[in-house]
Amino acid sequence: MKILVSAKRVSDPNAKLAIAKDGKWIEGDVEYILNPFCENAIEAALQIAEANDGTETVAIGIGDDETARFIRQGALARGIDRGILVSAEEETIDSDLIARIYAGVVHRESPDIVLLGKQAIDGDSNQVGQLLAEYLGWPQATFASKIEVADGKAIVTREVDGGLETLEVTLPAVITADLRLNEPRFASLAGIMKAKKKPFDELEIDDLDLDDTGTKVQVVGLTTPSGRKAGVIVKDVEELVQKLRSEARAI
Amino acid sequence: MSKVLILAEHDKGALKKVTLNTLAFARQYVAKFGGSYDFAVLGHNVGAVATALQGFGAGAVHVADHADLAHPIASAWGKVLADLAKSIGADVVVGPASTTGKDVLPRTAVRLGAGMASDIIALTDSGAFARPMWAGNLTGNVKISTANKVISVRASAFDAAEATGGSSPIQAVAADPALAGSRVKFVSFDGVQSSRPDLAEAAIIVAGGRGLKDRFGAVTEPLADVLGAAIGASRAAVDDGFAPNDYQIGQTGKVVAPQLYFAIAISGAVQHLAGMKNSKVIVAINKNADEPIFKVADYGLVADAFVAVPELTAQIKALRG
Repeated sequence: MKILVSAKRVSDPNAKLAIAKDGKWIEGDVEYILNPFCENAIEAALQIAEANDGTETVAIGIGDDETARFIRQGALARGIDRGILVSAEEETIDSDLIARIYAGVVHRESPDIVLLGKQAIDGDSNQVGQLLAEYLGWPQATFASKIEVADGKAIVTREVDGGLETLEVTLPAVITADLRLNEPRFASLAGIMKAKKKPFDELEIDDLDLDDTGTKVQVVGLTTPSGRKAGVIVKDVEELVQKLRSEARAI
Repeated sequence: MSKVLILAEHDKGALKKVTLNTLAFARQYVAKFGGSYDFAVLGHNVGAVATALQGFGAGAVHVADHADLAHPIASAWGKVLADLAKSIGADVVVGPASTTGKDVLPRTAVRLGAGMASDIIALTDSGAFARPMWAGNLTGNVKISTANKVISVRASAFDAAEATGGSSPIQAVAADPALAGSRVKFVSFDGVQSSRPDLAEAAIIVAGGRGLKDRFGAVTEPLADVLGAAIGASRAAVDDGFAPNDYQIGQTGKVVAPQLYFAIAISGAVQHLAGMKNSKVIVAINKNADEPIFKVADYGLVADAFVAVPELTAQIKALRG
């Protein structure tokens, strides 16, 4: 079996963000982390591989040398077998082009499972897994909190509005990871050393034979939403009730 | 001129209010760009949902009623919705950014060759779609450059649309989704049993954090009962098993904007704020005065929740007689 897994870097959610001069993206000098949902996808891929002898795991990222560093340190150092970087400007590609790039890599690699984070915590679009599944004509199981793989099928429990849904998908399939899927492991020192020697391919978008490399959605401007102001600190429950009643008229 | 197709959300045979929030966006879109809107109701035994939508000014209510559509399997729903859009000439497909909408709509977008904008909170004056990015720390204005467009709508950003009277015709859709769904089998649904209002529809929400531990229910439920409120939770409380996943409010959970929001023993991490900071009135109760939740709260009470919340519950109960 072969599993393809995503390794996307995102800006640190606690970093103070500044809008770039062209107004279309954030300024470059922020700290980056591996997308937390990709960490869950990587952990899930490793667990499936550990339970199924002979499984190969491949991490894919789109970006530049910095992204390559995240593929090595975030995925290969944790135990993923090899890496693929597709060179592209992260700022200007949309979810749809990412999905088509992934589809191009899937056609080269023929994995049985593509495991992605359910969303990247910068763009927050929550689209790529679903788009990819449709481009491939594959079944999907998004927002996974539990995955069991056996006999060419995956039984996936999904976190949805109102509770938990369980689906059985026939492989090959796309699965997107939710945060409660697992606790991502840390890379060991030995893992970090090994990662430097693991196979790593660098591809250009042109290598993927895409019919079209345009985007469908463009960010035309970023703005800072008006923030909330801190209100008052009340001294006790009685004052809170009185304010909620007479001032806010909320109860 | 546009023709907008609105994916209706429903549960147990009843229309869900998020459909009407989505309709509010569709009406804004049509007011700006001209055109009309239709509803799409997918599912099984959904006649009552279709009937409930007849009075909202749609050109038609299209109903794909089929046993294989009983559960919202994305490959099947995505195909039926795209085929319907093509057959009626709809160039815009919109749905709520619920877990169903998030799951299904991208597949429809691919089938229509459409770009998709997720989680829209406004239509800007210049016709761009405003959407929260980076956990809502920035708002991105996005344009979709394809002729066909797919949009998911953040329900809490739009007031539910009112009925306009009239009676839109109901039109049956001949749908055979069996092929598209054949590699996916529905196994089970483990639903959260609750007589409380839906988080997305509640006027008041009582949300608890990890600090409530195994007394999460004991603290939040009596207050929610006395207020007729829904119960929510921080991610940490859900991670630790004190509350079900359906309760999670935040960047990657549910996004809510009720009239009144109680954040109890919730620190106020940026990811949680992303899901509730547009609430009208926010009350924070936390024993640590330094927590970031107090920076967004209209009323803050620095106190032990185990003592303060039962007292608050008793006082509100007394007020309401």
